Amino acid sequence: MDSRRGSRFVIDPKIRQVGFVPAGCESENPNASSAVAAIANVDVNPTSDSPSPVMIPPRLADPLPRAAPLPVPSPPPRKHTSVEIPLQGSYNPTDSVLGTSPPFSPASNGRYAGVPSSEGPDLSPSFVSRASSAMEGMSLREDHLGSPSASRFATVGEYAMFKQQQPQQPATAVTKVYASSLPQEPVQSFAPVGKEDSSKPLKERTTKAERRAKQEADREAKRIAKESAGAKVVEGEARASSNVVGKASRAQSQKKDSASEKRLSAVEKASEKEKKKEIPAPRMQFDDQSRVAKAKKRALIEQTETKHRVELFRHLPQFVYGAQLPSLEAKFFHDDAMHPHPAVYQVGLQYLTGDITGGNARCIAMLSAFKELIKDYCTPRERTLIRDLTARVNNNVSFLTTCRPLCISMGNAIRFLKTRIAKLQLTLSESDAKSLIIAEIDRFMQEKINYADNEITKLAVTKIKDGDVILTYGSSCVVETIILHAFSLGKKFRVVIVDSRPKLEGKGLLRRLLGRGISCTYSHINAVTYIIQEVNKVFLGASSILSNGTVYSRVGSASVAMVANAFHVPVMICCETYKFHERVQLDSICFNELGDPDALVKIPGRKGLSELEGWSQSSHLKLLNLMYDVMPADYVSMIITELGMVPPTSVPVILREYRKDPILENFATFGKDSNPIKFFRASLEYYRAC
Amino acid sequence: MMKAYHENRPSNWARLGGAVTSEWLAQAEAAVAEQTSLPSSGSSPFFSVIQEFNVWRSKPDLAEAVAAIKALTAAIQRSEATTMMGLEKDLKIASDALKAWDPTSISLSAGCDLFMCYVTRTSALEYEDIEVGKARLIERGEQIGDISLKARKTIAMLGQDFIRDGSTILTHGFSRVVLSILKLAAANKKHFSVVCTEGRPDSTGLQMAKEMVAIGVPITLIIDSAVAYTMESVDMLLVGADGVVESGGIINMIGTYQAAMVARSMNKPVYVAAESYKFARMYPLDQKAMFPSSRQVDFHYPLPSAVQVEFSSRDYTPPQYLTLLFTDLGVFTPSAVSDELIQLYL
Repeated sequence: MDSRRGSRFVIDPKIRQVGFVPAGCESENPNASSAVAAIANVDVNPTSDSPSPVMIPPRLADPLPRAAPLPVPSPPPRKHTSVEIPLQGSYNPTDSVLGTSPPFSPASNGRYAGVPSSEGPDLSPSFVSRASSAMEGMSLREDHLGSPSASRFATVGEYAMFKQQQPQQPATAVTKVYASSLPQEPVQSFAPVGKEDSSKPLKERTTKAERRAKQEADREAKRIAKESAGAKVVEGEARASSNVVGKASRAQSQKKDSASEKRLSAVEKASEKEKKKEIPAPRMQFDDQSRVAKAKKRALIEQTETKHRVELFRHLPQFVYGAQLPSLEAKFFHDDAMHPHPAVYQVGLQYLTGDITGGNARCIAMLSAFKELIKDYCTPRERTLIRDLTARVNNNVSFLTTCRPLCISMGNAIRFLKTRIAKLQLTLSESDAKSLIIAEIDRFMQEKINYADNEITKLAVTKIKDGDVILTYGSSCVVETIILHAFSLGKKFRVVIVDSRPKLEGKGLLRRLLGRGISCTYSHINAVTYIIQEVNKVFLGASSILSNGTVYSRVGSASVAMVANAFHVPVMICCETYKFHERVQLDSICFNELGDPDALVKIPGRKGLSELEGWSQSSHLKLLNLMYDVMPADYVSMIITELGMVPPTSVPVILREYRKDPILENFATFGKDSNPIKFFRASLEYYRAC
Repeated sequence: MMKAYHENRPSNWARLGGAVTSEWLAQAEAAVAEQTSLPSSGSSPFFSVIQEFNVWRSKPDLAEAVAAIKALTAAIQRSEATTMMGLEKDLKIASDALKAWDPTSISLSAGCDLFMCYVTRTSALEYEDIEVGKARLIERGEQIGDISLKARKTIAMLGQDFIRDGSTILTHGFSRVVLSILKLAAANKKHFSVVCTEGRPDSTGLQMAKEMVAIGVPITLIIDSAVAYTMESVDMLLVGADGVVESGGIINMIGTYQAAMVARSMNKPVYVAAESYKFARMYPLDQKAMFPSSRQVDFHYPLPSAVQVEFSSRDYTPPQYLTLLFTDLGVFTPSAVSDELIQLYL
């Protein structure tokens, strides 16, 4: 699909092999492991086409600064304990793709940990950056294969320097995590907690963006100071390398910022604010120990994390399922300010136990709960409704997040709700405001979900012809309605339901379709290459569609779509536009959800699976139960939305045209009486069956 | 007036090389007015719409869609509705009638849709006064008719840049837009040669060859099955389109798909010249998804009755085989078509 979808084999899942490495390797050499940890802080360029981050020959550094011996205070070598520091976790391409923040060069990507910070005066930022630039080429995979040896460094000098740096690894490496996030995530509950915060407790807590900007300014100031002092720093290289590893030096200078921050001019401060606006709030990264600890203190549910997590997915929450309930009950009436509304609480529990699944169902349940919340809400004294209600919603959202990570559609719904609250007129009385918001929520549910589903069904049915064999994967409620509707129209077709362990969601769909008398074939995903030969259309649901046309859907969908594409079977994705998201995602790693790993081990109705019993005791086994995967746009023939049938390349168009949010704007101008149907009238009227 | 228009037409054409002049436009519009002032023979509105449409369609070099737009404009003028809603309803009936008249024609239905969308999406429907609203609708209808008339010229301007001296262009089927590009390029003293397929079953290639000879461009006529044979000596494939669909692919005379595939596999650019009124809100997934449009094929030999013959006259070329589309809105990549359609219709 050349001109409009250039072949994107770059993103093929070659990178994934990096992750699955037995735990034993990393603890072989304690010295090495800390070194690895230090190196892992350095970014890997995600835009490189190499299948896995391959070792790049370190660039030849200027010998001058290296020749000078470093007067480093040498504390006793300390065994590096924090195994949780991601060995290769620095892969997070979302940021580089987003490219919102000027401090991020496109070549450097999001997450990195601070380089071991030394107090030695000789370690100027540029020097550190050079040192780390020498290390940047370290292959992450090789990190696992053995201890870093001198051969990895271009020169012995560099290795020596590297060795010297190792002992300076601070007790708790300040891990800075920059990741794009769902905007709905409660920022304040996961406010960045860095080391510098504890050193300056009185200082107003700044956001990450502010600090980063500050550091940037610092570094610049320092560099200038250094130059004027006549230090023999090769400026050009420092600059060049700052593009790639500048962040490392930023982290380095983090500690010293209190002294130099006064130098910030007012202009810089203004630009900081701008940057702050551009940068999305960071998503919680669960491999960041300090922040996880902080978050846990706030959390209502005590989540026990599983011990053996797959390396590549450490940044995702992985909890021991079923362990939460008792602590939940104990804590319910514990904290008055924090505890969620009963309706939200109920919904959260339903998420937790898996009673409510599916994007639309979860979204509707959440919105209904928020409706209850708003109904029961009354503004405390000395507060304004807009601010207080937003904070209340945030609290409740963070509760829901602890129950189960939000899906993107819920994020969009929450964003919608918050925008509505924020746009309330201050003059409105409380009851008016409440009823207005409730009406808005109702309209959102009605229009964006129910109405949209109806429209999608109408459109999709036109694509089903007599004699068709339709394949669907798992259980999508939209696809189910489409099939039922097509059947009720008297079309003669057959359905192939492809299913997969551990959820076996397709069984429910199968039962419902059989109940209506639709002829079905049920198969597992292992057989999809066989069964696809008799299929001529594939209908899939989606959890979300991202702006590069990537479909984020139940794990396994991508394989089905890939196979279908290989067999020239058209793949149709049925998805409401409220699930569209501006983000771009190239792999299933940086944003995903981990399911219960035990679900992989337990096979219902089968006894004596001794090999995997007690797997959590074995450090050599890690189970990965991914919930979603990412399907490249190349595999998608068509996306069926309530606005019509569009190619996947048109997702950004829809986002552009509709994320201005016609609802918001129109309702803002016309008030609540405006007719939502109006927006879809054109598509209704002018849609014609092909 | 009608008569003057018809008499002038050929001379206009000969003199101006196909360019649409305002003079001609004025005559055409006057002809519309004349037509509408005549008492309509049938009382039912759509009957006269069809008639109207046929009058317009009978004029050579006037695309079906433009004829439909003209006819619909006339339908507004003649409408006796007393409310705007009534007017819209009349218009809808007329448009449906036109579409039903030839359900196989994509550009016809696309033109009707476009007109309906462009005309009725204005705030005109909210006018209180029927006369004012009607005048506004007619104005917009004429506007779009005007744009459509000029479309071919715009495309010729845009497309001729892609023709270089010494290049060889393969065409398939007869398309007036392609012809206008080639004519303009020839008029701009570009030296190029054209390879043209025979275009079975209706031998559209012969027509193309005649036109090429008329403007003095070297032309080679090949049989349809020689496309791959010729492709290596060709620099680009330039085709017209019956319709441009939402995926960015095109529906065109049968054989376009295979020509595009061959061109693509030999890394030759595939250019499509199509007016924007051919942009249709359809999304075919495969060849069978289109409304069948058959054409009698003469096999020159008596066939045994058991032999089945495929009569389809057009095929769907998916977007991945197309390089660029020359439209009057600009030169597009296939994915931009959907962008335009979404903006146009939603």
